[in-house]
Amino acid sequence: MDLSFNAEERAFQDEVRGFIAKNLTEEMKRATALTPSVFSDPDIGMAWQRVLHRQGWGAPGWPVEHGGPDWTPAQRWIFETESARAGVPNVNVMGVKMVGPVIIGFGSLEQKNFYLPRILSGEDYWCQGYSEPGSGSDLSSLKTRAVRDGDDYIINGTKIWTTHAHHANRMFALVRTSDGPRQQDGISFVLIDMTTPGITTRPILTIGGDHEVNQVFFDDVRVPVANRVGDEGKGWTYGKYLLEFERGSGIASAKLREGLKAIAELAESDLTGRAIDSPDIATRISEVEVDIDALEMTELRVLSALQTGQNPGAVSSILKLRNSEIRQAVTRLGVDVIGHDALAVEPMRPLYKLNHEPALPEDVLTVVPEYLNGRAYTIFGGTSEIQRDIIAKMMLGI
Amino acid sequence: MDLNLSDEQRLLRESAERFVAESYDADHRRKMAKDPLGFSPDVWKQFAELGWLALPIPEEFDGLGGGAVETGILMEAFGRGLVSEPYVATVVLGTGLIEKSGTTAQKQARLPKVANGSLKLAFAHSERAARFDLAKVATVAHKTAEGWRLAGSKIAVLDGHAADEIIVSAHIHDHQGPSGRIGLFLMPVKTPSVAISDYERLGGGRACNIELSGVELPEDAILGDGSDALPTIEWAVDRAMAALGAEAVGIMQTLLDTTLEYTKIRKQFGRPLSANQVIRHRLADMAMQVDESRSMALRAALKVDSMRVERARAASGAKAKIGKCARFVGEQSIQLHGGMGVTEELEVGAYFKRLVAFDTLFGGSAHHYARHARLGRTAVSA
Repeated sequence: MDLSFNAEERAFQDEVRGFIAKNLTEEMKRATALTPSVFSDPDIGMAWQRVLHRQGWGAPGWPVEHGGPDWTPAQRWIFETESARAGVPNVNVMGVKMVGPVIIGFGSLEQKNFYLPRILSGEDYWCQGYSEPGSGSDLSSLKTRAVRDGDDYIINGTKIWTTHAHHANRMFALVRTSDGPRQQDGISFVLIDMTTPGITTRPILTIGGDHEVNQVFFDDVRVPVANRVGDEGKGWTYGKYLLEFERGSGIASAKLREGLKAIAELAESDLTGRAIDSPDIATRISEVEVDIDALEMTELRVLSALQTGQNPGAVSSILKLRNSEIRQAVTRLGVDVIGHDALAVEPMRPLYKLNHEPALPEDVLTVVPEYLNGRAYTIFGGTSEIQRDIIAKMMLGI
Repeated sequence: MDLNLSDEQRLLRESAERFVAESYDADHRRKMAKDPLGFSPDVWKQFAELGWLALPIPEEFDGLGGGAVETGILMEAFGRGLVSEPYVATVVLGTGLIEKSGTTAQKQARLPKVANGSLKLAFAHSERAARFDLAKVATVAHKTAEGWRLAGSKIAVLDGHAADEIIVSAHIHDHQGPSGRIGLFLMPVKTPSVAISDYERLGGGRACNIELSGVELPEDAILGDGSDALPTIEWAVDRAMAALGAEAVGIMQTLLDTTLEYTKIRKQFGRPLSANQVIRHRLADMAMQVDESRSMALRAALKVDSMRVERARAASGAKAKIGKCARFVGEQSIQLHGGMGVTEELEVGAYFKRLVAFDTLFGGSAHHYARHARLGRTAVSA
């Protein structure tokens, strides 16, 4: 056993560091640091996607024939870790990490040829149409209906919590095409052009003050049958496959560590009156750091298993659950560290385009909004309660 | 980067798990709990034959040259059966101190004997007033014309009653007075003016308190060259905490398996306990904490020979985290067994008690989170 990287991997690490140092602009870095929501705005995120694409690194997890860089799991770890350390923007996760793998796994040749290059280049921006007002954890009870009419489906219904629907030109959605004996039957996976007539989007503001999610309405929206991925009625299988990607790309600890580092630095600064001098704060920082160490080791254990072709199993639920809980612990700690500054609200967004003197020093501007928005981590992508159900069923057999 | 077990490590795990499953059962454990020695000399002999006593000893001293990862593999298997043999006292702590600080002659005289099972060691360091501060030693070793005279009181010495030789820490007072250095002294257990009072240890095995009232030792009883032994002590204790962490993982895994089985069989309101979501989620949390503990024990083992701060933070982080998880898994195992969990009729309690002992040994979670914080104020380590 060995925790260190070999010479080739270290050389790759240098390459990634050099690449990021050369291409990550100060504006991108500052905008990322000043984004208190889960995802970067597309102007920032897609700029970085284009930089990555030029290098051939636009989709780290994809097979090489579709434009993936053909990295080993260790290389992916290094890439994600260095990206987190440098503070790069989030790219369009819904495109690269969600719908991309589904199209690769189950899409037609035409779909692959049309959509995949546009995801890589950043030409398309995707959003995810899964949840509905009546279907949260019980996702497969969804009611948005697609009725066949010639070569089209006519879609009626509504989707909610749609991240960046107001930016996206495409949506992948689960819709009901028939009623089967089980509610999981009769669901299909369709790709929708967001400019199609009949689609309207309503913004939803989160408690942190950000417009990130939306509700999307479909009134007689015509979508070609050719935009269905895979078989009619098999959408649930594809949708679950995607959720595994959403839950654990398996590399989250580096980001958590950067988040904690920022809080620890605040705790050591005069800005917070040196919060670290309180033994309670110092110990809590250690508690969170140790939790990150444990998660990182679990990630590395999974990675080692993947390197030898073993299947890590239900561990993606453990990774999702721990990542979300630790992230919340980091943001909670942040609020306690900044003390008085937790009382001030800066409502303008985006924070990196603020055109007036902010109510707070820039270094603490995102702390409270991140804590508030961060409550969503244990809810989206399957709530913590759903993850525990999965762990009990898949790992413990109960 | 590779965290997969090698073929040799896999074999070690399989043979250790098999041995523990075949040799340890509830009857054996109950017998050992009341045994004046607290363990079986026959089993110790088998450990020697299996090569386990030689495992972490360097090859030049008839050892197998294994590392902390191999020790952890063995310890996890020991935990599954609540093994009570003095493995940590002799092989992890005792040989660790000698290997790190001893002269070649001291190593040559002892390590091969540990490896073949003919020498047992113990480490007498803790004192009441020091609590868990390893640097605080009130026991004194006065330099005399003939050698050394030791005086002081040691407590919570693991398996001191069974040792042939005890390594005692003491503040060195030379002819100029207090030197500010801690020394380690090799003390045969039968030395006059040594009073050992042993007791049954929580969760199995035995421990003792030792009174040293003017114990005369020869000049060469001091381990190594007499330089300050605190760094060696810290290293040996960090290494022991990694090993004990792995043992705790084994204990927790057994508790989880047992509790899971019980919730499937036990019926109330006409259905198994495990049909209730609140029970399933509790078990999911327990499984997650066992897994996190396994990650932390492995991490501490892999960093045993890293630079001091990195090693110590990994060891304290592991001790703190595993201690916290151990309490949770142990307490919830009892809770889910209901009233039966609180009785001596099931073994859940015995496993739980060993976890409580683990959490206490060398300092509990609060102590180690605080140490972790002290050691790493500025650097959230990469």
